[in-house]
Amino acid sequence: MDPYVLKTINEERRARRAAVLVTDLGDGRDRIVREGDPVAGDLGTAIANAFRTGNSGSVEAEGRTFFLNAHLPRPRLVVIGAVHISQALAPMARIAGYPVEIIDPRTAFATPERFPDVALHAEWPEDVLKRAPLDGYTALAAVTHDPKIDDFALKAALDARCFYVGALGSRKTHAKRVERLLALGAGADQIARIHAPIGLDIGAASPAEIAVAVLAQTIHAFRSRGLETKGAVA
Amino acid sequence: MDESIYLDEARDPLIIAEGWMKDGKDVAIATVVETWGSAPRPIGSHLVIDAEGNFHGSVSGGCVEGAVVTEAMDVIGSGKARMLEFGVADETAWQVGLSCGGRIKVYVERLG
Repeated sequence: MDPYVLKTINEERRARRAAVLVTDLGDGRDRIVREGDPVAGDLGTAIANAFRTGNSGSVEAEGRTFFLNAHLPRPRLVVIGAVHISQALAPMARIAGYPVEIIDPRTAFATPERFPDVALHAEWPEDVLKRAPLDGYTALAAVTHDPKIDDFALKAALDARCFYVGALGSRKTHAKRVERLLALGAGADQIARIHAPIGLDIGAASPAEIAVAVLAQTIHAFRSRGLETKGAVA
Repeated sequence: MDESIYLDEARDPLIIAEGWMKDGKDVAIATVVETWGSAPRPIGSHLVIDAEGNFHGSVSGGCVEGAVVTEAMDVIGSGKARMLEFGVADETAWQVGLSCGGRIKVYVERLG
């Protein structure tokens, strides 16, 4: 392995950025491909697949054998709102492999009794996200119904290119939210990325069922990351 | 289950290899590149070895690490990468009901 390649892959991993380490098993030469870097042919297809699934493996291309080691940051789910939905969502998401953090400045809601074994911040999103910024491997679900709490976090999630952004509320509620986000300086194309009403349409009726719908939508967003753009390139 | 979203720097093999490199040590990196059956460690797992035989990480959960470390010494000496293949018929394989065990292919290369 090239020392520079080792240094670079570690930098990427520390910064929570995805990278694939490509090693030619014939001559040992290696290089790093970052998410979105264009790579042509069968090798490019295999690399795109490694980014999407996180699975490592060997591939034959151009008469050579390459080993692709996929280094994907661990995805996480940040929930704005310590409400009923979040109580169901936190344990389910953790089982599915998405550690959860919950942020809600309302101390009556954000109590350890209501949220055992969850990373819980009884603070404003502005303060928490300053310390632990959102990134492309973070999903954000805003479920407080309160613009004072949700809006800043939603704008931050769009700016950080979170792989999933969802917001609770009816279409009417969302229409008003769109106006407010535009006023905050978000672009219309950014705002279009928000899933609202939140969750896959499974007819969810209870808080726990809404949690299932949100988790399913989060997983779908994660596993289909970048597919639209890559399809356009191919 | 480790739930941190950040690297465990004290235990991460590639971080440790980089540290050894900065200390001026000769280092080999072993990587699981293929598995069949009930291989205990997934594809992409690393074992890193220095010239004194110190090692961190795992390619088989303990079954073949000794052999990999020995081969890694030669790789550090010669600078020529090697592909190793092992059958793994260990306790884990028994426990999951696969007494035939699994097979793994491990690529061992020198750093630099």
